[in-house]
Amino acid sequence: MSQEIEFQYKEILKEYTKKQTEQNLYVGQNFSRQLILENIAPEEVISMHKAAIQELYGELPDVVWHSFDFLIEMMINYGLALQERQSLLKQQEELKVEMDLAANVQETLLKTKLPILEGLDIGLLSIPARKMNGDYIYFVSDHDGYAGVAVADVIGKGLPAALCMSMIKFGMDSLNSSHALPKDVLGVINRIVEKSVDDSMFVSMFYSNYDAKQARLTYGSAGHEPAILYRAKDKEFSELFAKGLLLGVSPVAVYEEHTVDLEKGDLVIMMTDGVTEGRNDEGFIEREVIYELIERKKKEPAQTIVQYVYDELERMQSAQFQDDFTLVIYKKV
Amino acid sequence: MNIQVDLTESNNVLEGFVRGEIDAHTAPVLREKLETYQSHQGLKAELDLSDVNYMDSTGLGVFVAFYKSVNANGGHVKLKGLSARLKRLFDITGLGDIMDIESVGKGGN
Repeated sequence: MSQEIEFQYKEILKEYTKKQTEQNLYVGQNFSRQLILENIAPEEVISMHKAAIQELYGELPDVVWHSFDFLIEMMINYGLALQERQSLLKQQEELKVEMDLAANVQETLLKTKLPILEGLDIGLLSIPARKMNGDYIYFVSDHDGYAGVAVADVIGKGLPAALCMSMIKFGMDSLNSSHALPKDVLGVINRIVEKSVDDSMFVSMFYSNYDAKQARLTYGSAGHEPAILYRAKDKEFSELFAKGLLLGVSPVAVYEEHTVDLEKGDLVIMMTDGVTEGRNDEGFIEREVIYELIERKKKEPAQTIVQYVYDELERMQSAQFQDDFTLVIYKKV
Repeated sequence: MNIQVDLTESNNVLEGFVRGEIDAHTAPVLREKLETYQSHQGLKAELDLSDVNYMDSTGLGVFVAFYKSVNANGGHVKLKGLSARLKRLFDITGLGDIMDIESVGKGGN
């Protein structure tokens, strides 16, 4: 500890012992903040105090000096606790920096380009509830009138989930075809995920392939929230259900696939459970509510519908989404 | 948001009651309690979920991990008392086909 500090302390103490005013006390309070900034441990402050008293009022009973020595011993563990806290704060700061870096990497990884397909209007919104997104959306397009889209939800959040997404991406990139069939895509990624992740991490995924020429959607699901089909002609919603186990549970899982032909005004709504599992004070937000929201805006462009659903659900949940939100709408035009 | 997990084991038979909500906040509690038993050889586990009023995919993950581990050790897991909402979750994820589940109103009571 510098002599300068010891000297200042002594002066401040002297003033206070002379006159116990608010002002003199305030000077001491400010000084203690400076001591903390300079990493001076509590036991050192007491040593300093003892030395200052000795200089200022040399003759005091021995019991006073002994009591200071005892107090110094008592404070040593407080000093250690303070050091520990400071090193935790530093670690926390480092973790935050790493988390930001990881989120940046994820953002790059998550980048996907909306395909341009004849007669199909696509709307997309994917918003993480926290820093890292547990939802994944990826388009595969060769500009040949076909496009594949994967909508996935990694169960298990945070960094491990983000790493898991890279497996999905590379699985799809390795197939490298917008013609690939859902049952094959899901089968390949299932084997990759099953080999690579621990027992409590899984992925649900909906995969569909769209053939623009025939306006035909072929879809399959690995334990994912069913997509919804809106038929403009009947003004009715129905679920596009396809049997299939979550990815990563069993290496021998097989995946069904089905097809549906779209007509003008039809909508296909693909999403994660962050859309359907919304809750507010009154309970769950039922699927019918989402149907109603979509129906209200069905004449609008797909992106407008998607944004409207998000805004309304956000309002209903007082702006507090508990889960990542991903919504894709295909609109046949 | 809260959860209550009561597990009692005797002669390698594990009886459990779970109450409350199983989500990202409460799932670690359930996972930790189940992990105590999952490596027992030939464990027969029966978990009653009739008082679980909410479960999300994180909760599902806990049950699947438990199921995989118990199965790998020659045991069996049964989940019973599933509400319609929970049953749907197991059906959508395909887990209903591989796990032994029983919804409210069927069998048992």
